[in-house]
This record gives sequence, structure tokens and C-alpha cells, in this order.
Amino acid sequence: MTEPLKARPVHRNIHVTDIISYRLPPAGIVSILHRISGLLMFLLLPFVLWLFDTSLSSEVTFDAFRSAFIAGLGPFPAFFVKLVTLALIWGYLHHLTAGLRHLYMDATHSVTKEFGKSSAIGVLAISVTLTLLLGAKLFGLY
Amino acid sequence: MAINYGSKRVVVGASYGLRDWLAQRATAAVMALFTFVLLAQVLLPGEMSYDKWAGIFSHQWMKLLTFVTVLALIWHVWVGVRDIWMDYVKPVAVRLVLHVITLVWLTGCAGWALQVLWRL
Repeated sequence: MTEPLKARPVHRNIHVTDIISYRLPPAGIVSILHRISGLLMFLLLPFVLWLFDTSLSSEVTFDAFRSAFIAGLGPFPAFFVKLVTLALIWGYLHHLTAGLRHLYMDATHSVTKEFGKSSAIGVLAISVTLTLLLGAKLFGLY
Repeated sequence: MAINYGSKRVVVGASYGLRDWLAQRATAAVMALFTFVLLAQVLLPGEMSYDKWAGIFSHQWMKLLTFVTVLALIWHVWVGVRDIWMDYVKPVAVRLVLHVITLVWLTGCAGWALQVLWRL
């Protein structure tokens, strides 16, 4: 006779309402931002394709691409276009650096708690610094 | 005993763990390579202009690298976004619809990108 199946343990995500009471370690912050930045870029994919299309298709559309950042794009003022672009820049930089961290950890089996923490802080430092630098350039601060 | 096979089986996920894990990393490596190759060319001396920008993508090897990157991108996005749907969307019917929409949408986006690329 076969034994009755045991109830398997169920692992669920933290419920949204629990988020505030959780204090994430640096690696956890990098992890959730990796997901958020990925989703952000997925949602902004039409904008990315528009940038790719207009910047590349012809000299005329290249000027339209430029003017989106000077005179705005349709109902959106240039400030808003720049803000969305900045979100895109942050998303890309965070996703790239966090992804390279993953690849490095996979390739070198760097799975210690210490490395997890220090590399996560490194990812945040690099992505935030580069975002601020490029953001300042985008908004014409230098 | 409850039936858990055929059309009655419990849908638990994609069930291709290792393949997706590997695909996520391989496609990421392709996109990282593309990023640094593009960046290196953008940072070459010379004012950024349409001619310089379009010139970068006019080389056949850059077109092929971009082509491979676009395919890597939609595969990567598919794995990632599908994970998000699987984590947060529990009703199977809604999840299935989101999966199909995501696949169709990503295929369309790839078409647009490749059209831009080969018009050049």
C-alpha cells in the first residue's frame, strides 16, 4: 500500500503589506531593485524602440529625436522626457551592474555572506554614482 | 486519489529551470558585450552626430551583433517577466493571458528593432 502524500512545505513571497516591516540587507536591496529595474525597462520598451528608430532612421528623424529633449515630445514637456530617460538610465545601470555581479558570483562560486554584502554595496555605489553623473549631464548641469 | 496528470494536473510553473537559468546568463553576457562594444564606439573621438551614430550601426558586423543582442534581449525579458507573472499572478487563466501577451508583444518589438536595423 502506498503511503498518503505528505503535505509539501509551501514557500510564498512576502506579502505586500509585510514589506514595510522588513529590513532588507544590501544584497536584498540589490535583488529587489534588479527586479524593479527589469520591469521598468520592460514597460519602457516602446520608448526605447522609439529612441532607437528616430535616432537611426534618417537625419530628419535624428533632429526629431534631439528636439524631444529640447522642445518636448507630443504632450510631454522636455523635462518629463528627460526624467523618463533618467529612469531608463538608472534601470539599465542597476540591472547591468547587478547582473555582472551575478555572473561573477556564478563563475567564481563567490557565495560567502561577506562577499554578498560588499559586492551589493559596490553595485549600489557604482550604479547610483553613474546615474547621478549621467543625470547631471542630461539636465545640462555640466 | 486526486488526479494530478493530463488536463487536470496542477500547473506549477515553467519546469525548465536549468535551461532558463543558463539562458538568462548567456543572453545577459551577449547584452553586456554589446553594451561595451557600442560604448567604445560612442566614446571614440569626434562630435556625436547623425553620421557618427548611424555609421556605428552601418557595419555588417555591428548589424549582426545588434541582431543577436535583440534576440538575446527578448529571450531574457521573456524569462524575467514570466518570473514576475509567476510570482505575483496566481490565477492560472490571468497568468496564461499575460504570458501570451508578453510573448506576442516581445516578438513585435523584435520585429520593429530589426526593421530599423536593416533599413539602414
